[in-house]
Amino acid sequence: MIGLVHYLVVSALLFGLGVLGVLLQRNLLVTYMSLELMLNAANLALVAFSRFNRGLDGQVMVFFVITVAAAEVAVGLALIVALFRRKQTVGVDDLTDMKL
Amino acid sequence: MAARRAPPANCPAAQSLNLELMQEFLFYFFAILTLVFGLLVVASPSRRNPAASVFFLVLTLVCLAGLFVLLHAFFLAAVQIIVYAGAVMVLFLFVIMFLNVQQESHRPRTGTRMALSVLIAGAIVALLSRALGAASASPAFPQPAVEGGTGPLGTVLFTEYVLPFEVISVLILVAIIGVVCLGKKELK
Repeated sequence: MIGLVHYLVVSALLFGLGVLGVLLQRNLLVTYMSLELMLNAANLALVAFSRFNRGLDGQVMVFFVITVAAAEVAVGLALIVALFRRKQTVGVDDLTDMKL
Repeated sequence: MAARRAPPANCPAAQSLNLELMQEFLFYFFAILTLVFGLLVVASPSRRNPAASVFFLVLTLVCLAGLFVLLHAFFLAAVQIIVYAGAVMVLFLFVIMFLNVQQESHRPRTGTRMALSVLIAGAIVALLSRALGAASASPAFPQPAVEGGTGPLGTVLFTEYVLPFEVISVLILVAIIGVVCLGKKELK
């Protein structure tokens, strides 16, 4: 029997994969995709909680999260494009200007 | 044929058991696929090409939409596929094609960095699962489910959550203006 915990475990594992991607990847774009993975893990948990609590509030929250994520992706990718114009790279190892 | 056409009142117990088995199977199917594709996003088989990661991310999102359907969030499943797997991922793909980055830093991935990353991610997952373990045993989902169709969700969205909804629209406007400013040739 599938319960709330099953969904939460999937959500936690997906979040862990996202963290792993952010820490491990050297390509700024793939790092960004890992960030999306983490957002989606949170979405899954919210929908599961919403189902269990017999309300739609969690789903409305997910709706907002998706909207904000779309706006965030647009701004973030514009930043990456601007960065690429200046530096000709999207590798995180080459972007160390602010390093002490 | 006759068995399939039998009205549910005939054998409700058998039918509900069947449904439950089906749901269980579908949950494991989508959950495992989600995690496998998620792993492939992070550890893409083709190192050089971030487009492969985008492809796997789309598949992850589609599997997540399947999980949403299992949770009776039908509208969100549709939005997930149309907005996320459709629009947002096309944006990613567009930027990848636009930048056309092929070269990757040639520095080899150091073992310490890899180990540290796995350690940190593992610690976070352990923390989350500890919190899950502390919760009481998983209760079954309440049966007459609240359907997350377009109608009910829209009603909640435009009554209870109308202020956040309007604020979100302002946020999107700000994002549009920001992107246009960032996209200008000369960044001042």
